[in-house]
Amino acid sequence: MDTMGADIPNVSQQQLPITDSPPVVLKGSVFTLSVLKLYSCDINAIEQELTTRLSSALDFFKNAPVILDLENVQSQSSVLDFTNLTNIIRKCKLIPVGICNGSKEQTEGATSAGLAVLTSQSFDKIVKEKNIKDDKAKASSTQAEVNAPNSTVFVADTTKVIHHPIRSGQRVYAKGGDLILLAAVNAGAEIMADGNIHIYAPLRGRALAGLDGNEHARIFCHSFEAELVAIAGNYRVFEDNVPADLYKKSVQIYLSGEQLNIDTLGT
Amino acid sequence: MAKVIVVTSGKGGVGKTTTSASVATGLAKRGHKTVVIDFDVGLRNLDLIMGCERRVVYDFINVIQGEANLKQSLIRDKRLANLDILPASQTRDKDALSLDAVGKVLDELRTTHDYIICDSPAGIESGAITALYYADEALVVTNPEVSSVRDSDRILGILSSKSKRAEDGGEPIKEHLLITRYNPTRVKIGEMLSIEDIQDLLGINLVGVVPESESVLQASNAGVPVIHDDTSVSGMAYHDIVGRILGEDLAMRFLEPEKRGFLKRLFGT
Repeated sequence: MDTMGADIPNVSQQQLPITDSPPVVLKGSVFTLSVLKLYSCDINAIEQELTTRLSSALDFFKNAPVILDLENVQSQSSVLDFTNLTNIIRKCKLIPVGICNGSKEQTEGATSAGLAVLTSQSFDKIVKEKNIKDDKAKASSTQAEVNAPNSTVFVADTTKVIHHPIRSGQRVYAKGGDLILLAAVNAGAEIMADGNIHIYAPLRGRALAGLDGNEHARIFCHSFEAELVAIAGNYRVFEDNVPADLYKKSVQIYLSGEQLNIDTLGT
Repeated sequence: MAKVIVVTSGKGGVGKTTTSASVATGLAKRGHKTVVIDFDVGLRNLDLIMGCERRVVYDFINVIQGEANLKQSLIRDKRLANLDILPASQTRDKDALSLDAVGKVLDELRTTHDYIICDSPAGIESGAITALYYADEALVVTNPEVSSVRDSDRILGILSSKSKRAEDGGEPIKEHLLITRYNPTRVKIGEMLSIEDIQDLLGINLVGVVPESESVLQASNAGVPVIHDDTSVSGMAYHDIVGRILGEDLAMRFLEPEKRGFLKRLFGT
C-alpha cells in the first residue's frame, strides 16, 4: 500500500466531487470470513493454542476478522468470559467481530461484550439440502419416450439441456422451464416446454413453447424447417413446408396478441 | 471381445437380409468366426438368401424354448467353415422370442464367436426391439427415399432409448448408416435423395453405399450372398463396408453414374 501511495502524487489535493448523494448508504454484501471454532471454554488453553498456531502464520492472519463458532461448546456448562476472550484474540492480532451457534446465555454474553451475532448454516448442510432439492426436481421432470439419462443435464432446476438428436416418434418435455437442444429435432419428433425453447440445430419436427399457457414464451432456432410451431396454444402448421423466405433461416417465434410472429434473426 | 451387430431399418424391403448375409459372409471371409441370426420369426428369409433352407432342422425358437441346444440348430455355411447361421422358425408365433431367453443365447454365442449379426424384422414391434436390444453396433439400412429415411430416424430413436445400452446408461450403440439401392443417375436428375441429404437428415456416420444392381436379385434367387460375386459393384461395395466395420479407412466408391463407352452407347447395354 505504501509504495502505491508514493506513485500517486498530490492525493491530498484532489478535490472531492460535489454530489447530491447522502453521506452514507447501507448496502448488503457478502464477504469471506475466517471462523474460529471453539472446542473448549478454557481461556488459558485457547490462548496457548492460538499463540502457537498463529506464530507460524502471523502475517497471513494479521488483523483478520474472525467469527467465533460456538457450535461445539454451546452445551458446555462452564461460562465463557467474552471480554477476556476477545482481549486474548486481539492480542493474537485477530479481530473478533461476532459469534455464531451459541447457546442463549452465550449469545447474551457475547452481545454485551460488543460482538455481533450471526446466524450460520454450515456449508455441508447447505450443499446437502441443495442436492436433495435437485434430486426432487430430477424425479419430477417427465421425459416421455427419451430415456438417455446421461445426455440430460440440469443447468437450473427447471432448464433441460439435450445434446443428442430428437428423432421421429420421440417426445421431450421440459416441465416448468426452458428446453435447450444442441442437436437436430427431426421430422416426426415433438418437443415441448412450459418456458422457452432454444434449438441450436435444425428444427424439422414440432415445437411447442409456453405449454402451460405462458404467452411470453418464445422459440429460437438455428435452421427453421418445422412441421408445426406453437406458443401458449396458438399454433401454425406448415403443410407445404415453411415459407421460402424463412426456410433454413435462424428465426425467433413469439406471440403478440393472438398473432404468432416468425422473424429471422441477425439480418 | 465378441460384438453383436444388428442390421435394422424400420421399413421393410430395403435390404436388411441381403446386408446381413453379405456382411456376415464378408466378416467370415476375413477369418472372423461369425454367426448370423434371423430374428424375423414367421417370415424367415435369411436361410433362403444364404442357400441353406433345406438344411434347417432346429431353429432359433427351438433353442429359446429348450427343445434343442445351440449346437444342433446352428447351420454351418457350405462355403465358409467359420460362418454359422441360426435360422428363424417359419411356423411359430412372433411373440415366442423373450428378451431374457434371447440374452442367454447371445451370451452363449459371445463365448464361441467373434461377430454376431442380428437380422432384424421390419417394423418397430417387439421382434425388431428384441433384435436390437443387445446390440453393440447397428447397421441402419436406408434407401434413398423419404419414407425409408423417416423410418430409419425412428429406429435410431429407439436404438438410443430402448436398447440395453440405453437402459443401462452405458456407452451408446455405435450407429452406422448403410445406404442401399442407390442409383447415381437418378440422384443426378433429382429423382432420388442424395447421400448428403440422407446424412444431413439422420446425422450418423456413413459406413457404405450399395448401388442398385441386378446382381443383388440374381444372387438372392440363387441363394448366394452377393458379396461372393467379385465382379458386381454391389459385391465390391459390401467388401468395402466389411472393411470399414473392421476399422479400415476406405474411400467411398460407385457414387457417380457409370460412364458408358462409345460402343455401349451405340449398341445399348
